[in-house]
Amino acid sequence: MKNKFALLFILPAALIAFASCSKSNSTSSPVYYQGGDQMGRPAINTVFVNAAAKDSFNNTLPSAMPARFTAKFKAQLLALNPNYTTNALTLTADQFVGVLTGDVLNVSTTGTTTFFDGTNVLTGRTLSDDVIDVELTLIFGGPMGNANPGLISDHVNANDKAFLSTFPYLASPW
Amino acid sequence: MKKTKILATAAIAIALGGGILWAADHIDAPAVTNQSTDITDVYAFKGADAGSRVFLVNRQGLMNPGATAAAKFDANTMIEINIDNTNDNVEDLVIQAIYDGTNMKFYGPVKPSATGFKSQLEGPVTASVAVTPYSATAPITATGTNGIKVFAGPRDDPFFFDLDQYHKIIAGTASSFNNPGKDAFAGTNVMSVVVEVPVALLNATSGKINIWAQTKKKI
Repeated sequence: MKNKFALLFILPAALIAFASCSKSNSTSSPVYYQGGDQMGRPAINTVFVNAAAKDSFNNTLPSAMPARFTAKFKAQLLALNPNYTTNALTLTADQFVGVLTGDVLNVSTTGTTTFFDGTNVLTGRTLSDDVIDVELTLIFGGPMGNANPGLISDHVNANDKAFLSTFPYLASPW
Repeated sequence: MKKTKILATAAIAIALGGGILWAADHIDAPAVTNQSTDITDVYAFKGADAGSRVFLVNRQGLMNPGATAAAKFDANTMIEINIDNTNDNVEDLVIQAIYDGTNMKFYGPVKPSATGFKSQLEGPVTASVAVTPYSATAPITATGTNGIKVFAGPRDDPFFFDLDQYHKIIAGTASSFNNPGKDAFAGTNVMSVVVEVPVALLNATSGKINIWAQTKKKI
């Protein structure tokens, strides 16, 4: 009787051990990676997302961002510039945040690649693009891009080291 | 002079670390600040080869030379460049990079087995390059089996911005930027991963793609 009880316990344990052996013999389990940081366009999380939602923004896939963040982005834009009407790209507040909420970097594979060069808009981001001035101008500059003259440029217009003309393009470290 | 500037920059960085910070993406969210996963910037552009596009992900920002000399890539952090070529902001291809203790190994561009935040390395390795040491006089680069060019190592932070004055404006102690401004990122370094990819590998039938970078920790 006692032995029978013992067998009842040993048998399932043996079966489990056998099952796990067979599993590890067939394929090794895949290693997964998850969590961390996320970024598309420069300064979007930092500018348009309030402190409480910053981690949440990093943990929302770009395709799910518009539904969750459009209203928040608009509130933040109007908090930064209560007088916002349209900007130099003729975008209303709704249109502007509509462009920004899916936080991906648009990249042309056939033409010029730049954040904004006066002609091309959001076709990439080159190392020398003054992305801060572009964003300040679009947020504070009004329809002509010249309103709030003290706020539309930080007057730092280039990097502190020259970039390389060949791969990997970045300057050597300090 | 240079040392003073670096110390000042470091002091500003420390002082602002707990506050509101507007940089490209440097220390943008509490959960990643001061982690190997903290992305500082993402760039995508046409480089020296008009038939390729360069993708560049920087991490671990605001490092002075001393910190840079000691900086390492993390073998448990995957760096992933997500590429959408159908304009729905869902990745159709990924390029992944992971450090093995000596080399940075690259995977892709390849269609991932699953989209989203949970990823596995999508083999096989397509390129591998020794991490360029801080002391190196020239960057170490390599070309992969599929023609991608790769680099990994410390570089100057290419971002430039008068962050200090912006903070004064936001705090209400200044009403405008100075001319000239002062680059808060001058004299600081980042850990960079650079990939130059032949356009043919991107399946960009519409002439454009959308990209974003993610860092992911081994779970």
